[in-house]
Amino acid sequence: MRRTDSVKIPPSEITPEGKYLSRRALIAGGLGLAALQTGVEVFAGASAPPGTEGLGALTYTHNAQFSSSEAPNSYQDIATYNNYYEFGTDKSDPSEHAQHLRTRPWTVTVSGEAEVTGSFAIEDILSPHPLEERIYRLRCVEAWSMVVPWIGFPLGDLIKRFKPTSKAKYVEFKTLYDPHQMPGQRSSVLEWPYVEGLRIDEVMHPLTIMAVGLYGKVLPNQDGAPLRLIVPWKYGFKGIKAIVSIKFTERMPSTTWAGTAPTEYGFYANVNPAVDHPRWSQASERHIGGSLFNSRRPTLPFNGYAEQVASLYSGMDLRRYF
Amino acid sequence: MNWQIRWVVKPLVFTACLLPALELAAAAFGIGGLSLGADPVALMLHRCGKWTLNFLLITLCMRPLQEITHWSVWLKLRRMLGLFAFFYVLLHFCVYLLLDQAGKLGALWEDIVKRPYITIGMLGLLLLVPLALTSTVKSQRRLGRRWTRLHRLIYLVAVLGAWHYWWGVKKDIRMPLLYAGGVALLLGYRLWRERRSLARLSVAQLARTDAA
Repeated sequence: MRRTDSVKIPPSEITPEGKYLSRRALIAGGLGLAALQTGVEVFAGASAPPGTEGLGALTYTHNAQFSSSEAPNSYQDIATYNNYYEFGTDKSDPSEHAQHLRTRPWTVTVSGEAEVTGSFAIEDILSPHPLEERIYRLRCVEAWSMVVPWIGFPLGDLIKRFKPTSKAKYVEFKTLYDPHQMPGQRSSVLEWPYVEGLRIDEVMHPLTIMAVGLYGKVLPNQDGAPLRLIVPWKYGFKGIKAIVSIKFTERMPSTTWAGTAPTEYGFYANVNPAVDHPRWSQASERHIGGSLFNSRRPTLPFNGYAEQVASLYSGMDLRRYF
Repeated sequence: MNWQIRWVVKPLVFTACLLPALELAAAAFGIGGLSLGADPVALMLHRCGKWTLNFLLITLCMRPLQEITHWSVWLKLRRMLGLFAFFYVLLHFCVYLLLDQAGKLGALWEDIVKRPYITIGMLGLLLLVPLALTSTVKSQRRLGRRWTRLHRLIYLVAVLGAWHYWWGVKKDIRMPLLYAGGVALLLGYRLWRERRSLARLSVAQLARTDAA
């Protein structure tokens, strides 16, 4: 497991100093006092950048061990440059059309090879899980990348509550299907609802999280509210948004992109600079928010998380299982 | 009429053709509240590429417009419009090579060899070069009928351009389809016209043989 020394990333690098100091004041004011005593910092949305005013603040701890030391992209970049075909295929469509999505009440249906199944209100899904901030690299299959300060919790902790049986080899996730709220679903550009899936060991990996927030605030709709999967070593399209269904299966689920263009997108979709997309190279990526003249950087195997996750795929031909 | 075209129509069209480039330049410097967005390189790349296709299609519209309106002004604008297509494809290429690939010729070569959509795009760009170079009246006179034949390459360039766009998008092919449809329509018009004039010609020939 790669340990990132927290000393190397002072929060001031992430947060404007004024906000950082005011956050300190908040903490000193009693919020998360117990946590401070145990050496964990508890934040309460105080690091929120401009643009997040309308979003609710979250209480969370910063997980330095699992966070990248890179500077995160601006909230503006993360909330206006989105691939979310349910709201349109242009990068700017989701931020323009997602405001009307109602994320409460929200129900998640759990089914398949597990002891605990049924329909759960989002509050019941979320309530037992303390939130943490994880600054993750995000690599899109379109060869661009960002660094995002997600707020979420380990997916494995949620999955354990449903007590999957020994037959549960995979987990399938589905996005909400509601063309009234998601105008992009009125076009047939993809088959709806969007489906993604992971192998059970990928689901249980400590790096895999369910995100509910961004920059200390509730996740904006265009980034996948109210519940979004984050698997930082895989291409971004694996990170299914607005999840309404979790199903435990014995067989590999048939997922949206892999089903739409099987020669271009695989079920695994691990970030791999050595395996090109048939129409473009995956060896490098354009970093969003970088300089106009030198924004391209080399892509790392497993998006830089090889040390933590490469062993999940030992013995597998990654050219075949791309 | 001629001075009006030269001193009024052409300068107006010229300015209009420059607007997309000026808008990009303004956005790059943040003038007038414009911005290039989160991925400025991609935005510039796509914008210039789209304007190349727009100008190729607009150029190809001039002949049908002249034939429908019996107005010759359209043909007098053709050279300028065609050269603007070349101007925007050069910008498209420069953004790709200098900004996206940071000027690395090795990366350019690898892309040309390995990525079919870039191979096609590069071919289209290269085929436009002789057209731009021979766009002068002098070349037109010197080459005579060969000039007309050479400049038919624009049909091929338009096909390659739409194809390049089609293969470059991830999934949503609605816009590429629209451009491909435009190219098909404009080429179809020419085929239809050619066949019609051939038919007329043979009727005329028959009439002449009959008379003889």
